[in-house]
Order: sequence, then structure tokens, then C-alpha cells
Amino acid sequence: MAEFAFEVQALRAQLLRFARLQLRNDDWAEDAVSETVLAALQAPQRFAGRSQLKTWLIGILKHKLVDQLRRHAREAGPRGGDDDADLDELLFRRGGHWREAPPSWGDPEHTLREREFFVVLERCVQRLPAAQGRVFMMREWLELDADEICTHLAISASHLWVLLHRARLRLRECLQQSWFDARA
Amino acid sequence: MRLDCREAARLVLAGEDRRLRWRERAGLRLHLLVCAGCRGFVQQVALMRQALQRWRDDPTDPPDAGC
Repeated sequence: MAEFAFEVQALRAQLLRFARLQLRNDDWAEDAVSETVLAALQAPQRFAGRSQLKTWLIGILKHKLVDQLRRHAREAGPRGGDDDADLDELLFRRGGHWREAPPSWGDPEHTLREREFFVVLERCVQRLPAAQGRVFMMREWLELDADEICTHLAISASHLWVLLHRARLRLRECLQQSWFDARA
Repeated sequence: MRLDCREAARLVLAGEDRRLRWRERAGLRLHLLVCAGCRGFVQQVALMRQALQRWRDDPTDPPDAGC
């Protein structure tokens, strides 16, 4: 039992990393992780070696993160401020053509084998503006569908589409600059 | 429906999050036939999708994560 508690605690830093990435708020992240660790320590028999400890804990964490997002919907949801209305201007000319056509990123398998690429990917997600980052993580990491995200954050579907669109465009830009250009 | 690249890119990204309508799919397919830039964009988006899936299934421990 003591050993189990030790192993759970050892993974705390990793859980916190994901909680911060999802919530963009250190206090909420701390709360979600504490609740996760507590839940794990209270029900170690549920673990029973079904899966790797980390996978199991992340599964619990995901539920706790949704709880936090719901609890703080008012603050977590995007309100007002259109932070990058001109992102399109940056990428497209007035006639709607690319300013710079998207270059080839080469063989995907080659890229996906590189461990360092995923470090860059995570850093790029981290750099997304908070509101975009939250919905993007809800979609891609928590794997919630659009209806659930809209309900949890109390936003409209069209607002959600705009945020996801911008998040994906930004992520692409970031990968281009931080990985592919750097390697060209 | 004649799309420019900005609209085509919007549809490509929307396709990651919802099922496109028939008209949207048809317009996009037509645009991709004549636009190498947007075909490149489609490949980039596909790579991002694969990368995000692997990242989700097997979260990395960045070397600088510390303890």
C-alpha cells in the first residue's frame, strides 16, 4: 500500500502537466490533480493491474478535469475579446489565395517516429491562447464531442467552430516554424 | 460552389470536427483537383491528426519534465 501511494505520487508532476495544459489555470490544475491522487489512493483495489498505473491515473484525471471545467465554466469559457480576428489575413491574400502555399512536411512516418517532435507539438499546444487551448484540448485530448464542449462551457456551436478553427491554424503555423522550418 | 483557398482551408479544418455537408464536400473536392497548395494543406492536417492521436494514446514524458 505504501508502495502504491509512492508510485501514485511519483506521477503527480506528469498529471499536473496535462491538467495545466487543459485548464490553463494553476489553481484549478492543482485541485484536479489532488482530487485524482485522492481518488486513486482511496480505491487502489480498482487498479488491480488492469492497465499501466499512468494510464489509469490519466483516466481518472480526465474526469476531474471535466468537473473543473464545468465548475469554472463562466471563467473558462471564451468571453468577449476576439484575440485573433486577423489570423486569416496573415495566411491569405485578399483574393483568398495562400500568401505562402503550405509546403510538404515530408514522410509522416518519419516525423512521427521522432520523439522530439511530440515535445514540440506539446509546446505548440501550450502556446495557444487560453480559450482556444482549452477547447482544443477538450476536443483532442479529452475527446469530448462538440455538444458536450458547448454544454460544459456554455458557448454556442458556431463559437466553438471558430475557436477550433483558429486553434488548428495556429498549431499548424507553430509546427511549421518550430519543427519543419527549423529542419529544412 | 466555387471556393477560394481560404474557404477550402476552413472546410478542411471543419472536417476534423464535424461531418461536412454534401455540397461542402463536393466544392472542396473540386477545389483540391486544381489547387496544389490546398492539397499540401490537407496532408499537413492529416499529419497533425495522426500526431495528436499518438500523443493522446501515449503521452510523452518530455526530457525536461523533471520530477
